[in-house]
Amino acid sequence: MIIQISWKNVWRNKARSLVIMSAITIGLFGGIFSYAVMLGGTMQRLDSAIKNETANLQLHNPAYLLEDDIKNSIENPQEYIQFIEQLPEVQGISDRLKSTAMISTAYGSSGVILNGVYPEKEIKTTRLFESITDGEYLLENDQIPIVIGDKLAKKLNADVGDKLILSAPSIDGEVAYGAYILKGIYDTQNDMFDGMQAFIKKGDLAELVGIEENTTSEIAISLFDTELSDEFTAKLSDKFLSKIENKSIVIRTWKEIDPLIGMMVDNMSYFGWLFVVIILIALIFGIINTMLMVVLERVREIGMLMAIGMNKIRVFAMIMWETVFLSITGGIIGMLFSLGFITYFKTYGMDFSMIAEGMNSLGFSSVIYPEAPLSFYFEVSIMIVITAILASIYPALKALKLHPAEAVRE
Amino acid sequence: MSIIKIENLHKTYNETQVPVHAVRGIDLEFQEGEFTAIVGPSGCGKTTFLNMVGGLDKPSEGTVIIEGKDIALLSSRQLIDYRLQNIGFVFQSYNLIPVLTAGENIAFIMELQGKSKKERTERVKDLLEQVGIGEKIDVRPGQLSGGQQQRVAVARALASKPRFILADEPTANLDSKATEELLDMMAEMNRKYNITFVFSTHDQRVINRAERLITLTDGQVTEDISIDR
Repeated sequence: MIIQISWKNVWRNKARSLVIMSAITIGLFGGIFSYAVMLGGTMQRLDSAIKNETANLQLHNPAYLLEDDIKNSIENPQEYIQFIEQLPEVQGISDRLKSTAMISTAYGSSGVILNGVYPEKEIKTTRLFESITDGEYLLENDQIPIVIGDKLAKKLNADVGDKLILSAPSIDGEVAYGAYILKGIYDTQNDMFDGMQAFIKKGDLAELVGIEENTTSEIAISLFDTELSDEFTAKLSDKFLSKIENKSIVIRTWKEIDPLIGMMVDNMSYFGWLFVVIILIALIFGIINTMLMVVLERVREIGMLMAIGMNKIRVFAMIMWETVFLSITGGIIGMLFSLGFITYFKTYGMDFSMIAEGMNSLGFSSVIYPEAPLSFYFEVSIMIVITAILASIYPALKALKLHPAEAVRE
Repeated sequence: MSIIKIENLHKTYNETQVPVHAVRGIDLEFQEGEFTAIVGPSGCGKTTFLNMVGGLDKPSEGTVIIEGKDIALLSSRQLIDYRLQNIGFVFQSYNLIPVLTAGENIAFIMELQGKSKKERTERVKDLLEQVGIGEKIDVRPGQLSGGQQQRVAVARALASKPRFILADEPTANLDSKATEELLDMMAEMNRKYNITFVFSTHDQRVINRAERLITLTDGQVTEDISIDR
């Protein structure tokens, strides 16, 4: 019956209870929803990075990481490609030739990283072709095609069908020139990527810089399951241990390739918790204040209960349960609101186009799909109960200090 | 048979610069089944005396012996349990739990005693019938008159099957009719169950019904008379 009394006591002063419940509801909604937006944005960024940029892991000649020169290619790349492409975890493998270059139109010029790829292999490995907003992606049979990002296209004032001039250092130290037809323009909503990366066929790049077509700067591998990245890297490391030890090859996961995203993904839950904990700490004072008022209002009643034989544990429990009910009710409403809003925006997206430029410049999409794992809601529920118990201690101790003989005459 | 024995009871409050001697050397005995009123002007020590007898307050000096047990020797926890099992309290302001119905208010004390739900349900019904408001079992205190609330309070005090009931000015907030009805009801309970009732009051209507009248003046017993009614 103590639990029943506590629940009914919550509703004795409806206005006051609703005020503190609203504070808890809004506070939690703010915390959970902010976390969901941050997590959604980060996971989209991760997804975009893996899909469009890094794939799940990459192989390089270690020297290439120190100096991204075309000469620092992977020795005997077919040895790796043939082994890796038959593994069941692998969705796609793309051997790329990469070079820095200058790209020009009559309007302007810009430095780019040229990616020489086999279109069919690249399509299996990355999803950049899905981000084409104008024209088409590379095809094997196309003549001297090039695909560039939207940001770069604007800078060069280039449209699909235009001729672009590339100048890149050739293998013999000269500057080689070539003309390419703009086949497609992509928009990954990552300005840094869209402004820097250009894609041509591997054979075209090899011809431009005067190198054999099987020369490979980078082997990108995409897996069916991103979660397996570390495990798969370990598997490859075991297989190619001697190559790694003699510094012929280095295998890196997307986390090592793009450590900023790795750090964000790893620490996102801490940021979420930081938000929620700060909010709960702020709420704890409001809850304590409310419960102190409750105790002060019910001095006579608490005194009577102590007089007739209610022991201290039960008095404490009564105050604690009331605090828990007050907090949990607000918390549940807050979580339901969060769940509803997150579910809605996860489907339809949150449009931040007003600040799209800023978000794109950081590599984030301007449409965010918030998400929060169910385990987060469960953990937040536990935190609310802990908060309520902590908040109940001081008011309950105040109640226990009452002297029944004096309290009943208040 | 003596149920309560009070020896040389003193209570001094030292919170102020000048100590207040609320009770000064009371020696009394209460027999089982007595219907006693403690009377006296305001500030004479009636409530302080009742609080010490009920174990709500500790004497500065002297002993309260209930059924041969000195309650000063009980630990805080034992004292709470002792009150729960042996003493019924009726307060001037009823002090019911407003969020519970009349029936739940009565059942609550039995739940604290660990009584089964079946026993609680039966006794609540029975007690409310006995105090004459059986139909109010599901009504909350706020919807009851003062007299009805005090009847619930008496039923609650009886629910734990106490050895005695201490009632501090139980009629102070009641009109004449409600007072008479309440006193009739308490007198009947006293006769029926042989429960000892000790009232503090300065209500003449209570005084007129008491079988023993103890007068306190300045914390001392100045008169102790038995009245054959």
